[in-house]
Amino acid sequence: MPLQPRGFRHALNRSTLRPGERQLEVQGLHLAFGKVAALAGVSFTVYQSEILAIIGPNGAGKTSLLNSISGLYRPQRGSIRFYNDGETYELTRRKPHEIAQLGIARSFQNIELFRHMTVLDNLMAGAHVHMKSGLLPSLIYWGPAQQEQIHFREFVEDIIDLLEIEAIRYKKVGTLSYGLQKRVELGRALAMKPAILLLDEPMAGMNTEEKEDMARFILDVNEEHGVTVVLIEHDMGVVMDISDRIVVLSFGRKIAEGTPEEIRQNPEVRRAYLGE
Amino acid sequence: MISGTFHTSYRSDMALRRTWIERLRLGLFIAFIVLFPFVVRKPYPIFLMNQIGIATIGAIGLNILVGYTGQISLGQGAFMAVGAYTAGILTARMGVPWWLTIPIAALVTAAVGALFGIPSLRMKGLYLAIATLAAQEIILWVVTHWDAVTGGVDALVVPPPMLFGQPVNTDFRFYWVIWPLVGLTALLTANLFRTHYGRAFIAIRDQDIAAEVMGINVFAYKLLAFGVSSFFVGLAGALIAHYRSIVTWERFTIETSVLYLAMIIIGGLGSISGSLFGAAFMTLLPAFLTNVGRALQGVIPGMDELIPYLQQASFGLVIILFLILEPEGLRKIWQDIKNYFALWPFSY
Ligand SMILES: Nc1ncnc2c1ncn2[C@@H]1O[C@H](COP(=O)(O)OP(=O)(O)O)[C@@H](O)[C@H]1O
Ligand SMILES: [Mg+2]
Repeated sequence: MPLQPRGFRHALNRSTLRPGERQLEVQGLHLAFGKVAALAGVSFTVYQSEILAIIGPNGAGKTSLLNSISGLYRPQRGSIRFYNDGETYELTRRKPHEIAQLGIARSFQNIELFRHMTVLDNLMAGAHVHMKSGLLPSLIYWGPAQQEQIHFREFVEDIIDLLEIEAIRYKKVGTLSYGLQKRVELGRALAMKPAILLLDEPMAGMNTEEKEDMARFILDVNEEHGVTVVLIEHDMGVVMDISDRIVVLSFGRKIAEGTPEEIRQNPEVRRAYLGE
Repeated sequence: MISGTFHTSYRSDMALRRTWIERLRLGLFIAFIVLFPFVVRKPYPIFLMNQIGIATIGAIGLNILVGYTGQISLGQGAFMAVGAYTAGILTARMGVPWWLTIPIAALVTAAVGALFGIPSLRMKGLYLAIATLAAQEIILWVVTHWDAVTGGVDALVVPPPMLFGQPVNTDFRFYWVIWPLVGLTALLTANLFRTHYGRAFIAIRDQDIAAEVMGINVFAYKLLAFGVSSFFVGLAGALIAHYRSIVTWERFTIETSVLYLAMIIIGGLGSISGSLFGAAFMTLLPAFLTNVGRALQGVIPGMDELIPYLQQASFGLVIILFLILEPEGLRKIWQDIKNYFALWPFSY
């Protein structure tokens, strides 16, 4: 286990790699919708315990990239390799639920929570892949099945603590403000005990205070638990502040990659993205 | 939500009944069910209660699929037929003890339900509804044409269930078969929705893509929802077979499917108590209308022939009114009453 979690009774990070080890390798990814090439040969590597930002103008292919990693889109060419437990997993041929079971968790650009469930149940649903009780024991809520639910309730309470959402745990998520829903969606992804966390515009549409909170939570998860974060974000202030490295996409191509400082200096990025 | 209660352990916080008021309410309900046949002592009200009990089991089953998992089904009638015919045939033709045929019929129906759930892999909403309508018609066609086994369009007569040399299917005695099974069905279903199975069902209903990305094998869980739902629907069918001692295909047509859908919409989608409310309402309303019709028979001439039409019309009217005025069903009204009294007498 990479880092010692603070205040958590159960490990949050599922990756067995050491910080800095190669964790996710995207190679030559091509994805086209009819004539539109959403991704035109994208390659990059994600390293354990880093925060990698993906930036680029609207329609650059950022969401398509995350959707390809989580198996929702089927790229026509290229590979996505994921490393954990000493194994190599090729993701492009797997179903979304199988990819999730490997520990790849994510949030969505347009919140996709389970609206009619409470915050608590959304987080419990996030821990679905870890619950192993059979149908019959579950129907009678028999000893071990009950123990399992209580065990994960404990775990989920630690996430509720971390995200400071104690006061809303019994609320139906559909009734919550946009900012809180984004926070719950992060919580649901964390409940999966991610090896890697993919966040699609986690701060979009938030006010400054909410953004600061969200940035703090992401840093907490990354620094305290060593969870790798891949995040798409438009707010350049936030991106420069919290990310270790940045990948820049434009029209489905990677036009730059580097530290925030390198990206700031890169003439092509300034031309294509920062509008110069 | 009842406020003013603080839970010190997750176990008690995760209990089905979390406050003393909730436990009291459940206790009163069970006491009512237990005392009812002794207090009324007339067969007709007990007969009605038995109808409600069987309908409740069927409605909970359908609600698991439609209300909780969001998979619309018009196959309810046919799935009940599978349960009823399986139980009836096993007893009438093969001499299997009646009590043993009940779980067997439920399991057989679960398998048939899961099989007819396969189209849910590709279809949603109205398209799935049409596919289940096909299931309804196929199953009923088999029932009415497989003469050698089902008896075809003729009624299948089932020998009365016996226990200690006594027939069990009097209204009073069968009450004690039906209502414990209602309790069991409700308990198992409530338990299911405290675990990852139930949450997966609801997740699929609310956001199936997010469910998949959370690691839920959506197709497998949809089939499971069809299976678990049909298990209880088959149980209801088996009870009908042994209670009425006769199984006829007319009881299981598309009309039954629609009636049960109305039941859970009026009672409350995705709710166990709602299933009970809906079952009670849809059983008592026609009984009430029939009685009103009889009472008016002398007053208004020709009332006799009008009764069936009035029943149909009032049914439709009630469903429309509910959809407009209280889309969340009787359960929501009950919720409002509970909330009112939770704070009473300090309500403001
Ligand atoms: N499901 C889809 N069907 C058709 N075209 C799509 C789909 N998803 C994305 N695209 C197209 O792919 C391109 C990249 O979109 P997207 O990945 O959403 O960009 P970003 O997230 O960077 O704004 C756009 O031209 C978009 O219209
Ligand atoms: Mg996007």
